[in-house]
Amino acid sequence: MTFWLTQIFNGVSYGAIVFLLAMGLSLIFGVMKVINVTHGTYFLVGAYFGLTTLKQTGNFFLAILIGGIAIAVMGIVIERVFLRRLQGNDLGQVLITMGFVLVLQDAILVIWGPDPVSMDAPKFLASTGRIGGFSFPMYRLFLIVFAAVTAAALWFFESRTKIGSSVRAAVDDVEMAGGMGVNVPVVFSLVFGLGSFLAGMSGVLAAPWLGIQAGLDFEILPFAFVAIIVGGMGSLKGAVVASLLVGIIDNLGKTFFPEFAYFTLFLPMAVILAIRPSGLFGRAM
Amino acid sequence: MRGELLATRGRVIAIAAVLAFAVASPLFVDEFSVLVLNQCLIWGILALSLDLMLGYTGMASLGHAAYFGTGAYATAIMSATYGASFGEAFVVAIIAAAVVTAICALVALRASDVYFLMITFALAMLIWGLAYRWDSMTGGENGIAGIDRPLFMEDTITYYYFTLIVAAGVFLFFSVLVHSCFGKTMVGIRESESRMRALGYNVWLHKFIIYMISGLFSGLAGFLWVYYNSYVAPTDVELVTSFNALLMVSLGGPGTLAGPLLGSTIFVILDNSVNMFTERSLTVVGCIYIVVVLFAPEGIMGFIKQLRTKVGETDNG
Repeated sequence: MTFWLTQIFNGVSYGAIVFLLAMGLSLIFGVMKVINVTHGTYFLVGAYFGLTTLKQTGNFFLAILIGGIAIAVMGIVIERVFLRRLQGNDLGQVLITMGFVLVLQDAILVIWGPDPVSMDAPKFLASTGRIGGFSFPMYRLFLIVFAAVTAAALWFFESRTKIGSSVRAAVDDVEMAGGMGVNVPVVFSLVFGLGSFLAGMSGVLAAPWLGIQAGLDFEILPFAFVAIIVGGMGSLKGAVVASLLVGIIDNLGKTFFPEFAYFTLFLPMAVILAIRPSGLFGRAM
Repeated sequence: MRGELLATRGRVIAIAAVLAFAVASPLFVDEFSVLVLNQCLIWGILALSLDLMLGYTGMASLGHAAYFGTGAYATAIMSATYGASFGEAFVVAIIAAAVVTAICALVALRASDVYFLMITFALAMLIWGLAYRWDSMTGGENGIAGIDRPLFMEDTITYYYFTLIVAAGVFLFFSVLVHSCFGKTMVGIRESESRMRALGYNVWLHKFIIYMISGLFSGLAGFLWVYYNSYVAPTDVELVTSFNALLMVSLGGPGTLAGPLLGSTIFVILDNSVNMFTERSLTVVGCIYIVVVLFAPEGIMGFIKQLRTKVGETDNG
């Protein structure tokens, strides 16, 4: 029983990280139809920004905030200056985001060096929690709570605010939304900024657990892609459900079929794609 | 009409010149350069196969490393693990590439446009996941080493000539293909799928066949690559490999046959030499992506075509 609890718990905590990353990717894809390959690298660069902030100030929550804001600014600039010119050119957009991946990876090497670094969680989260025979790192519980609160906040933003309804309208049909008086360029920047913010923030949050090192960006990116493909692009509910599934399946897969760890994750995705290309909660294409 | 004849003659001269250079180059360049040229040819075959889908048929695949990698891994496993001969490894590599391509095509062809990009990308991750984790079969992160070429093509120059013959054959086959009725149908599908459907063409079947041809020749490139390197690793299947193939096609000029070869040559030479001038090779390659997308969407061939049209206009006017 404890074994299963531990497995599920670890899966859910990983799912929490995947959710934060995937939700940004999903928003960006949902509204702009951009396959943002840079998203994983935003995650990594965000973590480095967080690390530097933590070293300077010693405040973990400030580190999360700065990691998110720095990446949001970077994302908005990239969107405004580059991606916007390429609207409708799907392939061009993907290729250019790959260009930014390489440039950013190189920038990381120059600024922070090639060696893996670790980051400490704040003291009060570094303990181990215990319920009966089941013990767990407090920090992972914090991750789960943090992701849940973020999901709730995003839900409130999407369904209860005016800007949120503009975003939903843009997910459904950009042209029509524009025609109904939604300021589409502003929504684009907002969404790209928010998505990038989530990516940067999740990088900082993941750092005390996963560490920070070159290559982490491409390691985590596939999980986020699987989550939004399974869940459906642009769907908050889909991202939540799919991220949890991804976290849990990946954990069980790594435990029981270590040789097919990625296969157990990607195969269900391929099957879902084949049956329902728009994902579990996505709108039919 | 006369212009067309001249253009054809120009093309023949250009092809002959390139071929003559390729044949003669081992006589006057050092061994390292022959290795680099060999790389250009192998990546050129991959880029050509990708261009068949991307440039001619308008199907942008974001995961061609999967088919390249399948061919490569099948070759490596057959050769290193089971001690298969060159010919046996070839047969298995092509069959493996065919099977994997067929399965991927069946899934991917359910979608189009940006969703097609997404699905081909996801399928390639699946293959990468296998290469990366299936330790007992693929050697995991370490890959498989020790794949020896047959004795008669052991040295660099003989193998170079072998790949040159294969690449020339592929080029010839592709040029026959794109100039055939089938090739015209491909372009028709690129321009308007619904129109082709209305005209009674089985668009799905055409796309499937093109996908298969493209996957098979990517597998062939993977086969050649493994015997070139005598080594295969998950990096051969990773996302960056798929992207580099796309960059080669975009850089050279999608929808042309010379373009992918030109693109792969420039890319491989840059990739091999940029380290000598700067440590910031990642930035250089990244900037190539950005510049190509922003300023040369039709690639170098597109640029040449534009120039030629301009010159033609001044001639007439």
